[in-house]
Amino acid sequence: MTKTKMTAAEKNAAIWAWAFITPTMVGLIVLNFYPIFNTVWQSLCKTGDFGRGNTFVGLANYVTVLQQAETWQSLWNTIKYALIEVPFGVVIALVLAVFLNRKLPGTSVYRTIFFLPMVCAPAAVAMVWRWLYNQQFGLLNNIFHVKVGWINDPKIAWISIGIIGVWSIIGYNMVLFISGLQEIPHDYYEAADIDGATGIRQFFYITIPLLSPTTFFIVQTRLIGALTVFDLMFMVMDKTNQALKQVQSVVYLFYQYAFTNGNRGYGATLVMVLLVFILVLTVIMQKAEKKFVFYN
Amino acid sequence: MESARARDRLNTFIIYVILTIMAFIMLVPFAWMVLTAVKTNQEAISVDPFYIFPSNGWHWENFATVWKSYNFFILYKNTLLMIFFRVVCACLTATMAGYAFGRLKFPGKTAMFSLVLIQMMVPGQIFIIPQYLMVSKMGMLNTTFGLVFPGIVTAFGTYLLKTGYQGLPRDLEEAASIDGCNIGQQFLLIMMPLTRSSMVSLGIFTAVFAFKDLMWPMIVNTNALTTTLSAALSKMVGQYSSDYPSMMAAATLAVLPMVVIYVIFQKQFVEGIATSGGKL
Repeated sequence: MTKTKMTAAEKNAAIWAWAFITPTMVGLIVLNFYPIFNTVWQSLCKTGDFGRGNTFVGLANYVTVLQQAETWQSLWNTIKYALIEVPFGVVIALVLAVFLNRKLPGTSVYRTIFFLPMVCAPAAVAMVWRWLYNQQFGLLNNIFHVKVGWINDPKIAWISIGIIGVWSIIGYNMVLFISGLQEIPHDYYEAADIDGATGIRQFFYITIPLLSPTTFFIVQTRLIGALTVFDLMFMVMDKTNQALKQVQSVVYLFYQYAFTNGNRGYGATLVMVLLVFILVLTVIMQKAEKKFVFYN
Repeated sequence: MESARARDRLNTFIIYVILTIMAFIMLVPFAWMVLTAVKTNQEAISVDPFYIFPSNGWHWENFATVWKSYNFFILYKNTLLMIFFRVVCACLTATMAGYAFGRLKFPGKTAMFSLVLIQMMVPGQIFIIPQYLMVSKMGMLNTTFGLVFPGIVTAFGTYLLKTGYQGLPRDLEEAASIDGCNIGQQFLLIMMPLTRSSMVSLGIFTAVFAFKDLMWPMIVNTNALTTTLSAALSKMVGQYSSDYPSMMAAATLAVLPMVVIYVIFQKQFVEGIATSGGKL
């Protein structure tokens, strides 16, 4: 605060402002900031039987979590999921966005269709895909006359889940790309046309660099989204599914420990490990932004 | 010149082919969902790949059966109530805070706004255990309040509305204060109506997010009478996993309301998601 005294008008504005932000700030403190500290505290505690009682145990949970092969496997599963969802989701969406941005007749119908999965509950989407993937009666195996265990075979189940992720997210990424494309000044393309540059060259030399802020934003938000994936694994994989261990994500494991087994201390520790991982990744992304993103 | 035009036409043709193939891939799961829902289980598990449509009549009554056996009326009602209160709470708190952050000067502004930004950067899973314990201690498990609880305020919405208010012309308040409006009146009568589009974006975003949420309803709502569509579906999968037409009928009923609303208001939906660009 500055030393100069506030005028009456400034004081008045400050009172109004605080009245306006108080509901939100109280809410954020109660609902978000207290929980952050509480989760840290819980991760240092051992939860008693039936989820009752907390005993301070220091870093014991962390030692256990980091020693479990299951933790590392689930982290790797999550990364593998992200490695499918993010690159494929981004590249396919970019191509579609460039096509739709040409304002050909009928593009709004295509846009509506591509965006459709975004308004559907992942729980329902996962149910449908589970049926498509069904080994005995599923559409996929019947069409191609194969007996692939899309979601039972540990070797390919993670890819099958990743495909659902890509299918679900394409429309969202595409819409963000379209609004990014509309901000690129048209003169660049006109100049390129006069120079005789083909559409593909224009795409690589104009669109890609000028779109890089949008691309970066999408990659960053989707990466974090993919690393906290839960719904798809939970809905598609039965607890008895033999491929579960090779598919379950960190958040899935967190849900199982914290809420199915009632071991909140252990669940809190898992979520802390995930948080640290995401924060490290965010810092790396910020560094990468300076290097790869072209701001006009 | 002629060849350039021919090439253009070929390009356009290729683009349409690719778009149509993609649209087909996007629609197949939806089509198969509805087609399975109107078959008998016998037909659904037939392994003939060209057996696409039901042969002995379309069994629309499957929907009625599922509607009754899973009590979809209650599920719709619960989901709608949760969405309604979440949207109202989010819009109300966010528009007030957004106005203060976007237009007013006050001590502590930077510190408070950095709290908003920090909340947006932290993955939401970290809040869940304590939020659950709070709801549980209040004795509010299995209530609509429990479902709405984490969404009473929204950091993202505050950020979105702040941007909306900042985009308004600078001299609006001056004109209003000359006319004798105090800050509350300026906000209510002049500024808030001008951020309608941001509010619509936030409302749509909040509604879609609440509609899709699975983990929170599963945690705080284990009771069949107070649960939501998503959480109810998660139970059906375990219970009736081999009655495919029923499952697909349930999935159809679960996605249908939002799909219909989306098709009617698709411009607002797409713009809302694009401008907010939030984490969904």
